[in-house]
Amino acid sequence: MRRLLVLVLLSLFVFSSMANENKPVDIQTEQRIRQLSEKLRCLVCQNQSLADSNAELAGDLRRQLHEQVAAGRSDGEIIEFMVQRYGDFVLYEPPFKSTTLLLWLGPFVLLAAAALVLVATLRRRRRAAEEPALGADDKRLVERVLGSAAPRREHDEGTR
Amino acid sequence: MKRFLWPLAIFILLVGFLAVGLNLNPREVPSPLVGKPAPAFDLPVLHQPDKRFVPADMRGKVWLLNVWASWCVSCREEHPLLVEMSKKGVLPILGLNYKDKGEDAQRWLKQFGNPYQLSVVDADGRIGIDYGVYGVPETYLIDAEGVIRFKQIGPITPAVLEQKILPLAMALRK
Repeated sequence: MRRLLVLVLLSLFVFSSMANENKPVDIQTEQRIRQLSEKLRCLVCQNQSLADSNAELAGDLRRQLHEQVAAGRSDGEIIEFMVQRYGDFVLYEPPFKSTTLLLWLGPFVLLAAAALVLVATLRRRRRAAEEPALGADDKRLVERVLGSAAPRREHDEGTR
Repeated sequence: MKRFLWPLAIFILLVGFLAVGLNLNPREVPSPLVGKPAPAFDLPVLHQPDKRFVPADMRGKVWLLNVWASWCVSCREEHPLLVEMSKKGVLPILGLNYKDKGEDAQRWLKQFGNPYQLSVVDADGRIGIDYGVYGVPETYLIDAEGVIRFKQIGPITPAVLEQKILPLAMALRK
């Protein structure tokens, strides 16, 4: 009796470990398909990825993904398959090419332009602040005309 | 004066961009297949399931491939136009019956008229995927060499027919 129980438990253990051995492979392909379908846009409901969409076409395209992954195609080949049929629009991340140059570089160009404007403005302001209200010649003139009545230096600074 | 000119210029530029952007139709995805050979297929004919059709059968002709289904509501919108075209014999029209049931499709054609030389059956939508179909109806204009020259997404309107499809088909025939 006891031996039988041990046998049953042992067999359970063996079977469950076999089941576990099969699973990681499946999870890996599942994850790959999941990642692929998150990169691809559903054409019907355009703000959803293939992974999130319940549209019938999205289901068909997910089936394509499954089949092609099972056939041993690489991610690049599968993406290429989709782009050939539906164009770059199917990709959530647009490729870098001549027609998308503005899209990719535009923000950096804007940032650089804004930085230039900022630097120019700051420089202009500093120059304006550094320039004394009265030049050395002006001060001499003031002192000559007003003589001792001319305000003292500290006072002069204070009113500025 | 100059101080206000710059923001005004930027504002006008922005308005220009937004005006263009708002007038684009995001539903219309430009097909990468225009200018490329029509994908090959070998499918059964709707009314004669033992017969098969391949696009190469239409070599030498300028023709329309119209993707339709009995469950498709906007197909009803363009259907009278197709029927009229086929009566006038403007262009050969072939149908790709997309993800439909045979009896439903045949009943639908009986009810609304059959403008197609023949329809082929794409029951599981695989050929539809090859043609980049994502919304039915879609129509492809294919030239004598089997190259796709134009794709209409959504129903064909009289304006699209007269301004785009017919002039292009005339030019391609020469």
